[in-house]
Amino acid sequence: MAEFLLPPNSRINKNGKQHAAPAGAKKPRTFRIYRFDPDSGENPRIDSYEIDMAACGPMVLDALLKIKNEVDSTLAFRRSCREGICGSCAMNIDGVNTLACTKACSDVKSADVKIYPLPHMPVVKDLIPDLTQFYAQYAAVKPWLTTRTPAPPDSERLQSKEDQEKIDRPSACILCACCSTSCPSYWWNSDRYLGPAALLAAYRWIIDSRDDATGERLDALDDAFRLYRCHTIMNCAEACPKDLNPAKAIGEIKSMLAEREH
Amino acid sequence: MPARPLSPHLSVYRFAYTMSLSILHRATGIALSAGLLMLACWLMAAAAGPEAYARVTAALAHGPFQVVLAAWLVAFVYHFGAGIRHIFWDFGYGFEKPQARASGRWLVIAVVLVSVGLLYLFFCPTGVRP
Repeated sequence: MAEFLLPPNSRINKNGKQHAAPAGAKKPRTFRIYRFDPDSGENPRIDSYEIDMAACGPMVLDALLKIKNEVDSTLAFRRSCREGICGSCAMNIDGVNTLACTKACSDVKSADVKIYPLPHMPVVKDLIPDLTQFYAQYAAVKPWLTTRTPAPPDSERLQSKEDQEKIDRPSACILCACCSTSCPSYWWNSDRYLGPAALLAAYRWIIDSRDDATGERLDALDDAFRLYRCHTIMNCAEACPKDLNPAKAIGEIKSMLAEREH
Repeated sequence: MPARPLSPHLSVYRFAYTMSLSILHRATGIALSAGLLMLACWLMAAAAGPEAYARVTAALAHGPFQVVLAAWLVAFVYHFGAGIRHIFWDFGYGFEKPQARASGRWLVIAVVLVSVGLLYLFFCPTGVRP
């Protein structure tokens, strides 16, 4: 059952700390960041950091690194490639899930830059959500090639150019979880609904011309919750930092299931 | 170890057209179901005879009921329009982001126009009409 309010241990307390800009800052801007310290025993809070944008890189990740390096080393967040290919720095910035490394501070319309962890997830610390279940859902769609026919003795399993192009886009998913955690259906039913990311991965293997398990893959998804909790809200497609379209992939899986029935 | 907190969701996520139109579809669906009670009352009164029918019709003509009926009409128009948008999705059309944005915009425009037209038709006293 959907719980619209945060549980008592998750409500934001009012003891957020303020960090003022250094003296002589030319372009100060405030970053309001969700903080949770598992060792403190306290509820999460919002800390604000005033940063001199004249002495900071352009991206939100640059600002986060500046805060961690120069202002408050206790701030915890994931990051790695800083170029939108690893998916580590996914978070909720200015109300929308995206990657901190590819989101420019100047594209944030609000005066303050508000940063929260990915929504409706258990928080390990600060901006770091626990993605265990998200990865388990990805594993549940068996994201690997399943074959029954033997491979040609003298070559790889080849695909036509057209067949390859079908899986080009869905294969570009970096599993950052921006889409799944933007989906209200996933918020309310993530225990049973697989979510857009896992379903996009399922679609990628269903339409792979080399895969022999299409029927079993469709069987596994034909469920009121696993697949059909998608109500085409389209938050996933709007959130995806790689401009992929899980909603469309899910729609096509539904079409394939409908066609199979008749 | 104490339970991990749940990160904020509804309270922080920006209410874009996606979520707004979706939740409205649900809300209007619920409103329509509730409104069926009123329709049932009216039909039962019609079946019970001219006196009962006259009483219920007179009650429905009161101001508050007229407002509820008007809201019910708008809810119907929205739910009907959004339902058509969903049928296109069910047939596999309109999933691209620009298409979904455009269909959302057209839905709102159509709902406003059709609602204004129907409200005029049903609620504007005939004597006042040009």
